[in-house]
Amino acid sequence: MFYGAELNCRLMLGTAQYPSPQILREAIAASGTEVITVSLRREGYGGSAFREILHECGCRILPNTAGCHTVREAVTTAQMARELFGTNWIKLEVIGHADTLQPDPFALVEAARILCAEGFQVFPYTTEDLIVGERLLEAGCHVLMPWGAPIGSGQGLRNIEGLRTMRAHFPGVPLVIDAGIGAPSQAMAAMELGFDAVLLNTAVAKALDPVAMARSFGQAIAAGRAAFQAGLMPRRDFAEASTPIFGRAVLA
Amino acid sequence: MRIDLNGAPVTTTARTLAALLAEHGFDAASVATALNGQFVPRSARDATALEDGVKVEVLSPMQGG
Repeated sequence: MFYGAELNCRLMLGTAQYPSPQILREAIAASGTEVITVSLRREGYGGSAFREILHECGCRILPNTAGCHTVREAVTTAQMARELFGTNWIKLEVIGHADTLQPDPFALVEAARILCAEGFQVFPYTTEDLIVGERLLEAGCHVLMPWGAPIGSGQGLRNIEGLRTMRAHFPGVPLVIDAGIGAPSQAMAAMELGFDAVLLNTAVAKALDPVAMARSFGQAIAAGRAAFQAGLMPRRDFAEASTPIFGRAVLA
Repeated sequence: MRIDLNGAPVTTTARTLAALLAEHGFDAASVATALNGQFVPRSARDATALEDGVKVEVLSPMQGG
Protein backbone atom coordinates (compact mmCIF):
# COMPACT_ATOMS: atom_id res chain seq x y z
CA MET A 1 0.00 0.00 0.00
CA PHE A 2 2.59 2.58 1.08
CA TYR A 3 6.00 1.57 -0.21
CA GLY A 4 5.27 -2.05 0.65
CA ALA A 5 3.82 -1.33 4.09
CA GLU A 6 0.36 -2.77 4.64
CA LEU A 7 -1.52 -0.88 7.32
CA ASN A 8 -4.60 -2.03 9.21
CA CYS A 9 -5.47 1.51 10.23
CA ARG A 10 -5.83 4.19 7.57
CA LEU A 11 -5.42 7.15 9.88
CA MET A 12 -2.02 8.82 10.05
CA LEU A 13 -1.72 11.06 13.07
CA GLY A 14 0.37 14.15 13.70
CA THR A 15 2.01 14.56 17.10
CA ALA A 16 2.05 18.36 17.55
CA GLN A 17 0.02 20.73 19.73
CA TYR A 18 -1.32 18.23 22.29
CA PRO A 19 -1.99 19.52 25.80
CA SER A 20 0.56 17.09 27.29
CA PRO A 21 2.80 14.15 26.35
CA GLN A 22 0.45 11.84 28.25
CA ILE A 23 -2.56 12.96 26.20
CA LEU A 24 -0.55 12.49 23.02
CA ARG A 25 0.33 8.96 24.14
CA GLU A 26 -3.32 8.15 24.87
CA ALA A 27 -4.55 9.74 21.64
CA ILE A 28 -2.18 7.62 19.57
CA ALA A 29 -3.45 4.49 21.30
CA ALA A 30 -7.13 5.47 21.05
CA SER A 31 -6.91 6.33 17.35
CA GLY A 32 -5.52 2.94 16.41
CA THR A 33 -3.01 4.66 14.12
CA GLU A 34 0.10 2.82 12.97
CA VAL A 35 1.84 5.86 11.46
CA ILE A 36 2.70 9.07 13.29
CA THR A 37 4.34 12.15 11.86
CA VAL A 38 7.20 13.91 13.59
CA SER A 39 9.47 16.83 12.89
CA LEU A 40 12.99 18.06 13.54
CA ARG A 41 13.81 21.13 15.54
CA ARG A 42 16.83 22.64 17.20
CA GLU A 43 17.97 20.50 20.12
CA GLY A 44 16.85 21.93 23.41
CA TYR A 45 13.27 22.71 22.43
CA GLY A 46 12.00 19.15 22.59
CA GLY A 47 11.89 16.75 25.48
CA SER A 48 12.98 13.27 26.36
CA ALA A 49 9.31 12.44 27.07
CA PHE A 50 8.62 12.75 23.35
CA ARG A 51 11.45 10.41 22.43
CA GLU A 52 10.06 7.84 24.83
CA ILE A 53 6.64 8.06 23.19
CA LEU A 54 8.21 7.48 19.78
CA HIS A 55 9.90 4.35 21.02
CA GLU A 56 7.07 2.85 23.02
CA CYS A 57 4.06 3.53 20.74
CA GLY A 58 5.21 0.97 18.17
CA CYS A 59 4.12 3.16 15.26
CA ARG A 60 5.98 3.70 12.03
CA ILE A 61 7.57 7.13 12.03
CA LEU A 62 6.88 9.47 9.13
CA PRO A 63 9.24 12.43 9.55
CA ASN A 64 8.23 15.65 7.84
CA THR A 65 10.02 18.63 6.36
CA ALA A 66 7.52 21.08 7.81
CA GLY A 67 8.56 24.69 7.66
CA CYS A 68 10.90 24.22 4.69
CA HIS A 69 10.48 26.79 1.93
CA THR A 70 13.30 25.79 -0.43
CA VAL A 71 14.52 22.62 -2.13
CA ARG A 72 17.79 22.78 -0.25
CA GLU A 73 16.18 23.14 3.17
CA ALA A 74 13.82 20.25 2.47
CA VAL A 75 16.55 17.95 1.15
CA THR A 76 18.89 18.64 4.08
CA THR A 77 16.06 18.18 6.58
CA ALA A 78 15.11 14.87 4.96
CA GLN A 79 18.71 13.65 5.12
CA MET A 80 18.93 14.58 8.81
CA ALA A 81 15.60 12.90 9.53
CA ARG A 82 16.66 9.69 7.82
CA GLU A 83 19.68 9.38 10.07
CA LEU A 84 17.79 10.30 13.22
CA PHE A 85 14.74 8.07 12.73
CA GLY A 86 16.32 5.27 10.70
CA THR A 87 13.64 5.35 8.00
CA ASN A 88 13.56 6.14 4.30
CA TRP A 89 10.04 7.54 4.66
CA ILE A 90 9.74 11.30 4.38
CA LYS A 91 6.68 13.49 4.27
CA LEU A 92 7.92 16.10 1.87
CA GLU A 93 6.57 19.58 2.44
CA VAL A 94 7.96 22.53 0.53
CA ILE A 95 5.86 25.49 1.50
CA GLY A 96 5.29 28.11 -1.15
CA HIS A 97 3.32 30.68 0.77
CA ALA A 98 3.60 31.60 4.45
CA ASP A 99 -0.06 32.52 4.89
CA THR A 100 -1.82 29.73 3.03
CA LEU A 101 0.92 27.13 3.67
CA GLN A 102 0.22 26.07 0.10
CA PRO A 103 2.86 23.73 -1.35
CA ASP A 104 5.29 25.13 -3.92
CA PRO A 105 4.72 22.55 -6.67
CA PHE A 106 7.86 23.43 -8.64
CA ALA A 107 10.21 23.12 -5.68
CA LEU A 108 8.27 20.07 -4.49
CA VAL A 109 8.89 18.16 -7.72
CA GLU A 110 12.56 19.13 -7.74
CA ALA A 111 13.07 18.07 -4.12
CA ALA A 112 11.16 14.83 -4.72
CA ARG A 113 13.41 13.99 -7.67
CA ILE A 114 16.56 14.50 -5.58
CA LEU A 115 15.27 12.52 -2.61
CA CYS A 116 13.88 9.60 -4.65
CA ALA A 117 17.27 9.31 -6.36
CA GLU A 118 18.86 9.07 -2.91
CA GLY A 119 16.62 6.16 -1.97
CA PHE A 120 14.01 8.03 0.02
CA GLN A 121 10.40 6.89 -0.04
CA VAL A 122 8.67 10.19 -0.51
CA PHE A 123 5.16 11.16 0.64
CA PRO A 124 4.71 14.53 -1.08
CA TYR A 125 2.29 17.08 0.35
CA THR A 126 0.71 18.45 -2.82
CA THR A 127 -2.50 19.90 -4.21
CA GLU A 128 -5.16 18.12 -6.27
CA ASP A 129 -3.45 19.33 -9.47
CA LEU A 130 -3.21 16.35 -11.83
CA ILE A 131 -0.13 17.49 -13.73
CA VAL A 132 1.83 18.10 -10.53
CA GLY A 133 0.77 14.63 -9.44
CA GLU A 134 2.06 13.13 -12.67
CA ARG A 135 5.37 14.96 -12.31
CA LEU A 136 5.74 13.67 -8.76
CA LEU A 137 5.16 10.10 -9.93
CA GLU A 138 7.72 10.61 -12.72
CA ALA A 139 10.14 11.86 -10.07
CA GLY A 140 9.81 8.51 -8.30
CA CYS A 141 7.05 9.03 -5.73
CA HIS A 142 4.72 6.05 -5.23
CA VAL A 143 2.30 7.95 -3.00
CA LEU A 144 0.60 11.34 -3.37
CA MET A 145 -0.78 13.41 -0.51
CA PRO A 146 -3.22 16.05 -1.74
CA TRP A 147 -4.49 18.62 0.72
CA GLY A 148 -8.11 18.70 1.77
CA ALA A 149 -7.82 22.36 2.73
CA PRO A 150 -5.05 24.65 4.03
CA ILE A 151 -3.05 23.16 6.93
CA GLY A 152 -4.74 23.60 10.29
CA SER A 153 -7.84 25.24 8.79
CA GLY A 154 -10.33 22.47 9.55
CA GLN A 155 -12.27 23.29 6.39
CA GLY A 156 -12.46 19.70 5.20
CA LEU A 157 -12.52 18.73 1.53
CA ARG A 158 -12.58 22.18 -0.04
CA ASN A 159 -12.50 20.99 -3.65
CA ILE A 160 -14.33 17.71 -3.44
CA GLU A 161 -14.94 17.47 -7.21
CA GLY A 162 -11.25 18.10 -7.89
CA LEU A 163 -10.32 15.38 -5.40
CA ARG A 164 -12.83 13.00 -7.00
CA THR A 165 -11.18 13.65 -10.37
CA MET A 166 -7.75 13.05 -8.87
CA ARG A 167 -8.88 9.74 -7.41
CA ALA A 168 -10.18 8.66 -10.82
CA HIS A 169 -7.05 9.89 -12.61
CA PHE A 170 -4.59 7.89 -10.47
CA PRO A 171 -6.44 4.60 -9.92
CA GLY A 172 -3.47 2.52 -8.77
CA VAL A 173 -1.64 5.17 -6.77
CA PRO A 174 -2.03 5.34 -2.98
CA LEU A 175 -3.56 8.75 -2.23
CA VAL A 176 -3.62 10.24 1.25
CA ILE A 177 -5.66 13.29 2.17
CA ASP A 178 -3.23 15.42 4.13
CA ALA A 179 -4.19 18.64 5.87
CA GLY A 180 -7.31 20.68 6.44
CA ILE A 181 -9.51 17.99 7.99
CA GLY A 182 -11.54 19.32 10.90
CA ALA A 183 -14.20 16.70 11.65
CA PRO A 184 -14.52 12.91 11.48
CA SER A 185 -17.34 13.29 8.92
CA GLN A 186 -14.89 15.00 6.55
CA ALA A 187 -12.33 12.22 6.97
CA MET A 188 -15.06 9.67 6.38
CA ALA A 189 -16.11 11.47 3.19
CA ALA A 190 -12.53 11.25 1.93
CA MET A 191 -12.49 7.52 2.58
CA GLU A 192 -15.86 7.06 0.87
CA LEU A 193 -14.37 8.77 -2.20
CA GLY A 194 -11.78 6.00 -2.31
CA PHE A 195 -8.77 7.74 -0.80
CA ASP A 196 -6.40 5.31 0.84
CA ALA A 197 -5.77 7.14 4.10
CA VAL A 198 -6.14 10.44 5.91
CA LEU A 199 -3.39 12.33 7.71
CA LEU A 200 -4.42 14.87 10.32
CA ASN A 201 -3.19 16.54 13.47
CA THR A 202 -4.89 19.74 14.62
CA ALA A 203 -8.45 18.35 14.60
CA VAL A 204 -7.42 15.84 17.25
CA ALA A 205 -4.84 17.86 19.17
CA LYS A 206 -7.07 20.93 19.54
CA ALA A 207 -10.28 19.06 20.39
CA LEU A 208 -11.70 19.56 23.87
CA ASP A 209 -10.97 15.87 24.50
CA PRO A 210 -8.19 14.82 22.12
CA VAL A 211 -8.28 11.17 23.15
CA ALA A 212 -12.01 10.80 22.44
CA MET A 213 -11.60 12.71 19.18
CA ALA A 214 -8.73 10.45 18.12
CA ARG A 215 -10.96 7.45 18.71
CA SER A 216 -13.78 9.09 16.72
CA PHE A 217 -11.50 9.73 13.75
CA GLY A 218 -10.26 6.15 13.82
CA GLN A 219 -13.82 4.86 13.74
CA ALA A 220 -14.95 7.30 11.03
CA ILE A 221 -12.04 6.42 8.78
CA ALA A 222 -12.63 2.69 9.22
CA ALA A 223 -16.33 3.18 8.47
CA GLY A 224 -15.60 5.30 5.40
CA ARG A 225 -13.20 2.71 4.06
CA ALA A 226 -15.71 -0.11 4.63
CA ALA A 227 -18.39 1.96 2.88
CA PHE A 228 -16.14 2.55 -0.13
CA GLN A 229 -15.42 -1.15 -0.39
CA ALA A 230 -19.12 -1.96 -0.05
CA GLY A 231 -19.86 0.28 -3.04
CA LEU A 232 -22.05 3.34 -2.57
CA MET A 233 -25.34 3.57 -4.44
CA PRO A 234 -25.44 5.93 -7.40
CA ARG A 235 -26.88 9.36 -6.70
CA ARG A 236 -30.26 10.18 -8.29
CA ASP A 237 -31.83 13.49 -9.11
CA PHE A 238 -35.36 12.36 -8.22
CA ALA A 239 -37.08 10.25 -5.59
CA GLU A 240 -37.60 6.56 -6.16
CA ALA A 241 -39.81 4.64 -3.75
CA SER A 242 -37.88 2.05 -1.80
CA THR A 243 -41.00 0.10 -0.78
CA PRO A 244 -42.27 -2.07 -3.68
CA ILE A 245 -45.41 -0.91 -5.50
CA PHE A 246 -46.37 -4.52 -6.26
CA GLY A 247 -49.11 -5.89 -3.99
CA ARG A 248 -50.19 -2.53 -2.72
CA ALA A 249 -53.75 -2.52 -1.28
CA VAL A 250 -56.47 -0.34 -2.80
CA LEU A 251 -57.95 1.49 0.15
CA ALA A 252 -59.11 4.71 -1.41
CA MET B 1 36.83 30.87 17.01
CA ARG B 2 33.32 32.26 16.75
CA ILE B 3 30.64 30.20 15.09
CA ASP B 4 26.87 30.15 14.88
CA LEU B 5 25.27 27.24 16.77
CA ASN B 6 21.53 26.79 16.30
CA GLY B 7 21.17 30.45 15.50
CA ALA B 8 23.19 31.76 18.45
CA PRO B 9 26.75 33.11 18.26
CA VAL B 10 29.14 31.02 20.36
CA THR B 11 32.88 31.02 20.98
CA THR B 12 34.44 27.57 20.85
CA THR B 13 37.81 25.87 21.09
CA ALA B 14 36.46 22.79 19.29
CA ARG B 15 38.17 22.06 15.97
CA THR B 16 35.69 19.47 14.69
CA LEU B 17 31.94 19.05 14.64
CA ALA B 18 32.24 16.02 16.94
CA ALA B 19 34.25 18.05 19.45
CA LEU B 20 31.71 20.86 19.33
CA LEU B 21 28.87 18.47 20.20
CA ALA B 22 30.88 17.10 23.13
CA GLU B 23 31.79 20.61 24.30
CA HIS B 24 28.12 21.58 24.44
CA GLY B 25 26.93 18.36 26.03
CA PHE B 26 24.81 17.11 23.15
CA ASP B 27 23.92 13.43 23.12
CA ALA B 28 25.67 12.63 19.85
CA ALA B 29 23.51 9.59 19.12
CA SER B 30 20.20 11.43 19.36
CA VAL B 31 20.87 14.49 17.21
CA ALA B 32 21.39 15.14 13.51
CA THR B 33 23.80 17.77 12.27
CA ALA B 34 24.24 20.17 9.38
CA LEU B 35 27.07 22.54 8.55
CA ASN B 36 26.31 25.60 6.43
CA GLY B 37 23.06 24.01 5.29
CA GLN B 38 24.62 20.68 4.29
CA PHE B 39 23.83 17.47 6.14
CA VAL B 40 26.81 15.97 7.98
CA PRO B 41 26.30 12.27 8.74
CA ARG B 42 27.20 10.98 12.19
CA SER B 43 30.15 9.06 10.76
CA ALA B 44 31.64 12.23 9.26
CA ARG B 45 31.50 14.48 12.33
CA ASP B 46 35.00 13.56 13.52
CA ALA B 47 36.51 14.50 10.20
CA THR B 48 34.45 17.66 9.72
CA ALA B 49 36.60 20.66 10.62
CA LEU B 50 35.07 23.89 11.89
CA GLU B 51 36.08 27.27 10.55
CA ASP B 52 35.42 30.73 11.81
CA GLY B 53 31.88 31.87 11.03
CA VAL B 54 30.37 28.50 10.08
CA LYS B 55 26.72 27.86 10.82
CA VAL B 56 26.00 24.64 12.65
CA GLU B 57 22.55 23.18 13.16
CA VAL B 58 21.96 20.44 15.74
CA LEU B 59 18.45 19.00 15.45
CA SER B 60 16.46 16.44 17.38
CA PRO B 61 13.01 14.84 17.16
CA MET B 62 10.14 17.17 17.79
CA GLN B 63 6.35 16.95 17.68
CA GLY B 64 5.12 17.54 14.14
CA GLY B 65 2.08 17.25 11.90
